[in-house]
Amino acid sequence: MCAWLTHDPLDVPSLLAEVASEGCGATTLFLGTVRRSADDGDVVGIEYSAYDAMAEAELEGVLADARARWPGVRIAMRHRLGYVATGEVSVAIAVAAPHRSTAFDACRFVIDQTKERVPVWKKERLAAGTERWVGPHGG
Amino acid sequence: MIGDGVNVKVLVFASYADELGRGELALSLPLGATVGDCIAEVRRQTGGRVPPAPLVAVNRVYARPEQPLAEGDEVAIIPPVAGG
Repeated sequence: MCAWLTHDPLDVPSLLAEVASEGCGATTLFLGTVRRSADDGDVVGIEYSAYDAMAEAELEGVLADARARWPGVRIAMRHRLGYVATGEVSVAIAVAAPHRSTAFDACRFVIDQTKERVPVWKKERLAAGTERWVGPHGG
Repeated sequence: MIGDGVNVKVLVFASYADELGRGELALSLPLGATVGDCIAEVRRQTGGRVPPAPLVAVNRVYARPEQPLAEGDEVAIIPPVAGG
């Protein structure tokens, strides 16, 4: 189980393979994708940046907390940095557990904690060509 | 001011870095200076371009304003996070 920041497009099938195990009967997958909405000013992409060393440490901390709460849970995640266009995946979290209750709960926990703790920032690029920084929990 | 104080590296990110036009400052602070003292000095040197009570990490761990600083500490001033 590892937490990673990457500038490459995310390989979702490989994350699922990472957590697969004969002892796990339930797998959940969360994908965060860049969303386009006229109400939000017509975002065409998001530039993700991070305090890399601390973001890696905080992601490891989130996973450690999840493993402490749900012993035996298997988790793999990746967070993308750099420019991510509308419709592309910016964060992926795969969780496998013996039963579905843990798989759902742990997956929700990891994305929620990631949004609270990890020093990553988003700068939206709009169709009009302008850019703006996103506040906390903007999506 | 080498030897009589605490030399720290201050990193700023995202919107704060845009506001300052730079991502890094080197500060010399008095012995016993805290995180809060560091922020106050950054604000003084940058004309208040950083908020008075931002999120701060010292050596990649979130820190409170009252935490004392040591020689060589890396202080990061962190805008509201927006990952995930």
